[in-house]
Amino acid sequence: MKLVEHFKDGLNSPICLTWELTYACNLSCVHCLSSSGRRDPRELSTEECKAVIDELQRMQVFYVNIGGGEPTVRSDFWELVEYAVAHQVGVKFSTNGVKLTPERARWLAATDYVDVQISLDGATAEVNDYVRGPGSYDTAMRAMQNLSDAGFRDFKLSVVMTRHNVGQLDEFKAIADRYGAQLRITRLRPSGRGADTWDELHPTADQQLDLYNWLVSHGEKVLTGDSFFHLNALGSDPLPGLNLCGAGRVVCLIDPVGDVYACPFAIHQEFLAGNVRDEGGFQKVWTDSELFTELRGPQTGGACTSCSAYDACQGGCMAAKFFTGLPLDGPDPECVKGRGELALQSVGSAPRSDVDHSHRKTRASRKVPVEIGFGPPAGAARPDRACDTSPLAGLR
Amino acid sequence: MFEPDQAYRCSPRVALRPEPFGALAYDFSTRRLSFLKTKKLVEVVRTLGDQPDVHTTLDAAGVADEERPSYLKALAGLADAGTIERR
Amino acid sequence: MSEVTQVTETHEEPLVEEDLLVEEVSIDGMCGVY
Repeated sequence: MKLVEHFKDGLNSPICLTWELTYACNLSCVHCLSSSGRRDPRELSTEECKAVIDELQRMQVFYVNIGGGEPTVRSDFWELVEYAVAHQVGVKFSTNGVKLTPERARWLAATDYVDVQISLDGATAEVNDYVRGPGSYDTAMRAMQNLSDAGFRDFKLSVVMTRHNVGQLDEFKAIADRYGAQLRITRLRPSGRGADTWDELHPTADQQLDLYNWLVSHGEKVLTGDSFFHLNALGSDPLPGLNLCGAGRVVCLIDPVGDVYACPFAIHQEFLAGNVRDEGGFQKVWTDSELFTELRGPQTGGACTSCSAYDACQGGCMAAKFFTGLPLDGPDPECVKGRGELALQSVGSAPRSDVDHSHRKTRASRKVPVEIGFGPPAGAARPDRACDTSPLAGLR
Repeated sequence: MFEPDQAYRCSPRVALRPEPFGALAYDFSTRRLSFLKTKKLVEVVRTLGDQPDVHTTLDAAGVADEERPSYLKALAGLADAGTIERR
Repeated sequence: MSEVTQVTETHEEPLVEEDLLVEEVSIDGMCGVY
């Protein structure tokens, strides 16, 4: 039986998972998948985080990708990283680099089983700072210089591909090479604040083809987090990776308040499986939750199964379909056959997550989409979970 | 060079995690992840360190004659990857 | 139409027409981890 067939039925534990440690962030990237910015007062405590790590150790989860928000702004971050690697849970953490001083870089270089992933979305300050904010390019560059100087080899330089940076692929590779890092490029999903900027930022069909071709000819040492399998139908060279949606089957997300979602790009009630604070902890959610059991059952490709490309693209990304208002058993919004674009023409409203920790000024200035029902108008009263004075706030 | 008449063991840097169909083997130092697709192969890898050589390990795990070539090939690949090593 | 090939093979190993006992997967080869 092919490996992928085994995985479709789920595994005893995730192979790896994303753990967002905090919703707090010093930046306000316009496409933030977790709508981060402000800390949630219900964040897991240091002890609760250690209990999660203990569970991950028992479940033999080999490694976690720790992110956020900006995980390093938690004062217990370094303590938690040390605790994880001392308990057989490897760590890769995603950061904008704000706390990576030369001293910290040296500590990281000397610590086993820790990998670092620097986020950068432009090979120039102009392109990068447009989405990540003024000064963010310099912060990332400084962090990479510090890691390189400290002798940290092969940290990851992770880029989200957008309309504005697809043309900079060679430059990104050069930057990675300059610092002794490994380039990683990933797909932009219309998740979190990405929902508001998707129309402007997602690559065009022509750019998708360029991207696919670049990966086939230059991508041997480039990581992709298996996020471009929807492009496999563009040619006869399948991109490396499992090439299937791992949500709830191979991967999942633990968020800062302990909520477990199928995937970090699907932070929405619809994809909420449970909470680590519930009885039975994370293990019970992974093993028994209704949502994950459903995702591990046979999936219907629906309208896509009759397409010649279905074997290659597997219907694309669940989160991309969900947040653009498309049905999950139909084409991906970026379907390379153009079927997604067609389907989008008759979409009514798109779901919006109520999990939003954006800095207030970010939320107020976000573009208001024109489609009716896409979301409340800017400035309208919207439940503010973090500071809600209602006694019912946050109760499940 | 894989030598099945020599003594081997599962690398101490590798974690073996049982799954419904076999096991996941993760090498913490190379970050390589492999899926061992039969329970029998998992048993072989697990017990290599207790046996004097690979052939004996295959016998003890009940690997049939017609399966041996594919098991030896799989083990050679694992040795290449450092998942198993000479001891 | 694109060929369906072993999607989990490494770059170094060619496709082999037999039931492989071991398959390698990149730890970064799983969609849903950022």
